[in-house]
Amino acid sequence: MQTTEHVIEGGRHLRGRYAIVGVGETTYTRGAGMTTRALACWAIRNAIQDAGLAPSDVDGMLSYQLGDSTSSTFVAGDLGIRPDFFMDVFGGGSSTEALVGLAMGAIEAGMCSTVVIYRAMNGYSQSRIGGTGRLESAISGEQLHDRLYGWATPGQLFAPTFMRHMYEYGTKPEQVARVRVAHSKHASNNPKALHRKRVTVEDVLASRMICTPLHLLDCCVETDNATAIVVTSIERARDLRHPPAVILGVVGRTSKPRLDMHYQHGPITTVAAKWAAPRLWSGAGLGPQDVDVTGSYDAFTFTTMLQLEDYGFCTKGEGGAYVSSGAIELGGRRPNNTSGGHLCEGYTHGVSMVVENVRQLRHDADDSCPIGADGRRAHTYDYREGGCRQVRTVNVTANMGWGTPAYGSALVMARLS
Amino acid sequence: MATTGQYLGMALSIAELDSDNAAYFRFCARGELRLQHCKACDLMRYPPGPACPWCAGNAFDWVPVSGRGTVYSYTEVRHPVQPAFRAHVPYLALLVELDEQRARPTEHEAIRMIGNLATPDAALAPPELVRTAGIGSRVRVVFASAGPDIAIPLWTLDAPQPAGAVGWRYPEQSG
Repeated sequence: MQTTEHVIEGGRHLRGRYAIVGVGETTYTRGAGMTTRALACWAIRNAIQDAGLAPSDVDGMLSYQLGDSTSSTFVAGDLGIRPDFFMDVFGGGSSTEALVGLAMGAIEAGMCSTVVIYRAMNGYSQSRIGGTGRLESAISGEQLHDRLYGWATPGQLFAPTFMRHMYEYGTKPEQVARVRVAHSKHASNNPKALHRKRVTVEDVLASRMICTPLHLLDCCVETDNATAIVVTSIERARDLRHPPAVILGVVGRTSKPRLDMHYQHGPITTVAAKWAAPRLWSGAGLGPQDVDVTGSYDAFTFTTMLQLEDYGFCTKGEGGAYVSSGAIELGGRRPNNTSGGHLCEGYTHGVSMVVENVRQLRHDADDSCPIGADGRRAHTYDYREGGCRQVRTVNVTANMGWGTPAYGSALVMARLS
Repeated sequence: MATTGQYLGMALSIAELDSDNAAYFRFCARGELRLQHCKACDLMRYPPGPACPWCAGNAFDWVPVSGRGTVYSYTEVRHPVQPAFRAHVPYLALLVELDEQRARPTEHEAIRMIGNLATPDAALAPPELVRTAGIGSRVRVVFASAGPDIAIPLWTLDAPQPAGAVGWRYPEQSG
């Protein structure tokens, strides 16, 4: 089959034309005690209010799920939203950024004007990722080549990538554990986070092994929650409550070859980010060196490291050194997941890391800093436990969403200049 | 009619429409590892599927392979999620690079198959055997019967092993 060489060029004609104007979430718990429908309404209400909008101002709705949530048809009706456009997409991790791009496209196509994107999941109390095996049906179809071998959960499925990275590059468990250490430090300054206790490298390595190389503390925390974000045009965004988080570039579920079974194509230590990076950075009109804060999907410590490598935040193979250098911690060169991310704040399938970066760009991280006479949080930049988590200078953020080693999405946002 | 089987207490069911998987596991039940081979571009593929990933061709035949390869990566599962595997931890899920078609059609590609480490008679490897395999270990295919028309391809250590005998393994912490 002939393949056509072409120059990859991101959507630069839409650069700066759209923004995230509202963000919201429920509490993060293990035992929400309510339906995904109730959770979705809660998060969306918060996001719409945060934007300074009324439900009647929202005319588009997007959601994603894995057959474990409530669709837009019910949620829109509950909230009195009459969508001119809605769609419920099948998917988990990597969907957030992709749906931001689809929202821009829907508005650009004239199908609607303002889109709310949500993910609602009882990820602990109802539908656990990878399953529990309690309701196992007969193994058939594609499962004959994975589940049949006890190779079924995300950790089990991704582990060959992680192990080969250690083998090829000499990446050490104590280096990668520093991702958990950094995110726990951030979570300790996030009153919303499920795991607010700071941990050490020793704590990570002493936690029980789930499947090599993943200790319990290398894995994220299954959570009940809903999260929501509101996307609209830059023209509308200018009139709303907060400074808009302007979208510079987006890529959605960019894939490695052999999406059906990606280990056929090497190097298996390279993840989809390598294929997504040219489109992301050319679309955004800048590069990793220009980014102040990252949000890298931390289903596992390793997923953060691999994406930081393949989007170019460090040299390929040196991710272990990079994530253990202090660069990704508050106070470092480029903090990652300042909310504590999936490892510590709660597992949301990616939305929460975008929510956090929107707040960072607004200079309004919801930490424990005192609220001043002007009604705004007076950030101290004291990153000790229980203190601040606002990064001092944030002009550009990057979010990197992970589906599997074989596909991912990303989003670059900036303060309105 | 669906092809059915039982393996480690798990029910297996291959739909009648799923001719690719039905053929693959039927060959395994005869003790043969065969892969689909594209008649248009001469490349084999895995897992079984209806089209050639390199040329999109649909014409193929099933060709035998040696069933020998090298462990390319692996994970050692200590915390089982599926009930069928609770009695078998720790177990290894191996990514095995077959000797055939290595570095084809490009230098980064190979046929890399998933399967568990097993004894020569195709029982899941006991803990003392689990500790002897790693990246670089040489393995050969063995088959665990799961029914008249289904056997499960698994991997057992093959002779000779590379120098050092045990391949690269995850560095265990002391204590």
